[in-house]
Amino acid sequence: MEGPESAMAVVAGLRTPENVTCVLPRGTMFARGLKRKCWDGDEDVEGAPAAPSYSLQRQSLLDMSLVKLQLCHTLVEPNLCRSVLIANTVRQIQEEMTQDGAWQLPAPPVAGRGPLDHLVSTEILCRAAWEQQGQRPAPDLPSELPGALGAPAPGSAQSCIWEADSSRGHRGSFPKSLDQIFETLESRAPSPVEGLFADAGGPYYDLDAVLTGMVGGKSGPGGGDGLQALAPAGAPPPSASCKRDLGELDHVVEILVET
Amino acid sequence: MLLSLPALHLQTSEYHPLFQLPHGRLGPWCSPTGSPAPLSCETGCGEGSWILVCRLLVPTQVSLLSMEEDIDTRKINNSFLRDHSYATEADIISTVEFNHTGELLATGDKGGRVVIFQREQESKNQVHRRGEYNVYSTFQSHEPEFDYLKSLEIEEKINKIRWLPQQNAAYFLLSTNDKTVKLWKVSERDKRPEGYNLKDEEGRLRDPATITTLRVPVLRPMDLMVEATPRRVFANAHTYHINSISVNSDYETYMSADDLRINLWNFEITNQSFNIVDIKPANMEELTEVITAAEFHPHHCNTFVYSSSKGTIRLCDMRASALCDRHTKFFEEPEDPSNRSFFSEIISSISDVKFSHSGRYIMTRDYLTVKVWDLNMESRPIETYQVHDYLRSKLCSLYENDCIFDKFECVWNGSDSVIMTGSYNNFFRMFDRNTKRDVTLEASRENSKPRAILKPRKVCVGGKRRKDEISVDSLDFSKKILHTAWHPSENIIAVAATNNLYIFQDKVN
Repeated sequence: MEGPESAMAVVAGLRTPENVTCVLPRGTMFARGLKRKCWDGDEDVEGAPAAPSYSLQRQSLLDMSLVKLQLCHTLVEPNLCRSVLIANTVRQIQEEMTQDGAWQLPAPPVAGRGPLDHLVSTEILCRAAWEQQGQRPAPDLPSELPGALGAPAPGSAQSCIWEADSSRGHRGSFPKSLDQIFETLESRAPSPVEGLFADAGGPYYDLDAVLTGMVGGKSGPGGGDGLQALAPAGAPPPSASCKRDLGELDHVVEILVET
Repeated sequence: MLLSLPALHLQTSEYHPLFQLPHGRLGPWCSPTGSPAPLSCETGCGEGSWILVCRLLVPTQVSLLSMEEDIDTRKINNSFLRDHSYATEADIISTVEFNHTGELLATGDKGGRVVIFQREQESKNQVHRRGEYNVYSTFQSHEPEFDYLKSLEIEEKINKIRWLPQQNAAYFLLSTNDKTVKLWKVSERDKRPEGYNLKDEEGRLRDPATITTLRVPVLRPMDLMVEATPRRVFANAHTYHINSISVNSDYETYMSADDLRINLWNFEITNQSFNIVDIKPANMEELTEVITAAEFHPHHCNTFVYSSSKGTIRLCDMRASALCDRHTKFFEEPEDPSNRSFFSEIISSISDVKFSHSGRYIMTRDYLTVKVWDLNMESRPIETYQVHDYLRSKLCSLYENDCIFDKFECVWNGSDSVIMTGSYNNFFRMFDRNTKRDVTLEASRENSKPRAILKPRKVCVGGKRRKDEISVDSLDFSKKILHTAWHPSENIIAVAATNNLYIFQDKVN
């Protein structure tokens, strides 16, 4: 699963109807220094979205929120109040971005599959663990489940499309839909199967692992390796986002260290 | 400027003229009866007259000490000498609560311990010690656990302590961590029976055949021992984290609230509870709101309130239905459009809700304010107090470092005329509802000496910083006062600052 899809998954999770297919227009990566400047002593965030910096700040806020959600997600039992508040903040930002058109799709979806299909398949990946247990039959889902579980091979048409786009600096490192995050919050009683995977994926719960995931340092899930795809929570499916701006990474690390 | 009170002033019930307020100007702190306190000192700002009574440490060592050493600790506690730089995470105080008479003060910490302090008995020749609290009992209330089914660690941290009204010589309290509520009995023993011959020294029954005479045991005095015994364990009823417990005024039931549900328990029954509120959506994706605090009405056993992360308060009447999914009253303040930001919802999330002693008002604390609501008016609070409005421009940073999610609590004084809540930089705030005056005080080791008058602090907002003012940028956000308690009938307060517990009292005392 590639980064951009993940970004889409977030959109899907939020169910913004018109713009379900959008990928965030993230042309700019904030460099560390720049970002700091934006945040400290900044009082315009509430102001009218006049300056270009507003959208940048809003974007940073969104990024930060997504990182936070991602971290919540790595915990077996996150602080629910905090997670809900952050998720609501993300919803709010996205709503606003939708309104002023910042939430636009830069490159129209290509290839035989419609954007919605992408979304669906992303969701399948996200939900794999639950689907497997049959605890949560997803009505909109599909026969293609088994295939999806296997995770798209790196060379599949789908990922090619997105790879082409990856230079835009997508947020492959936050491949969590709110759906998925909440499902994890909800997953109080993992079935034995899930427990097994949780065990296997123990280290994934480490921050380190999250970081690794963000760097994309982990090897992608092998073609038929359902296990990896099922690995819960903290193991963001490795993305091809090696081109990620190092500045952002620095920032992410900074956040992690600070929190 | 710290005014250290000479012993002279402390040993007399009269007050020094220097500290007397001009005629007609009343001190901000009212005595419990509602009449104004006769005295407030002039400390330059003219606000507040609190002195530090003692600073109590609740460090690991206390719980590990034997009785003898415990006595040493008391001395140390009272002499303010010890520097505990080695305090660990487990020592951080996570809750503070006076009992109904104010004689005892309980603290819970992140290490799962409960420490109970007892007020020093009054004596003629030790007037200056009045109001001091000493360690009375220490016990490990909760242990870290591991839920093997959920593959999940359960912290031992004590989230809340609530005392039961005293009905006999023993004291009872409820303590809770994230999942399990326990009822503890704390009782004294100063005699022990001796002379049993039915059992041997180790308590095993002797073979009846070897017993030829029946001896009547006698009670012999022994050193006073305070025992804490767990009487009930209320477990397995909460899927999410328990944030509140509240004893009902019928004294037979209590409730426990987690993020999504509230359960009602009978003290005698541990294996079942009634679910009275459940806001968990069928689909967790639709979850946008959680329960943040809940409390029973102080007099009406059928009524309780709970607050939410959306800044609203619901009052429920258990007579209406067994499952209080539908509220009876819904308190919500319309949003101020001029203050709208992405953080509006986060800062409006209520971190604590408390009924006034009278039962007429509800106080809520959100990130930047404390509000007082009249039960008879749902549309808006009758009073709103800014706790640290200067942080409004810092919300981004506070979001980034997660401080924005800190859960500050709030308390009423005995007469409901003053409210108190915490802030950062070891500051805490008091608001007098009658005079509308407020004061910022600091609980810190560096700045307070025993019996010294607390100097009001001021945070400088923009412009030029005056002497004695602290600029917003130099506030220490790691030093936060989340938990405080007010003596039920006197002007004595307990303020928890990390692993230190400060006890202050109105100077009149």
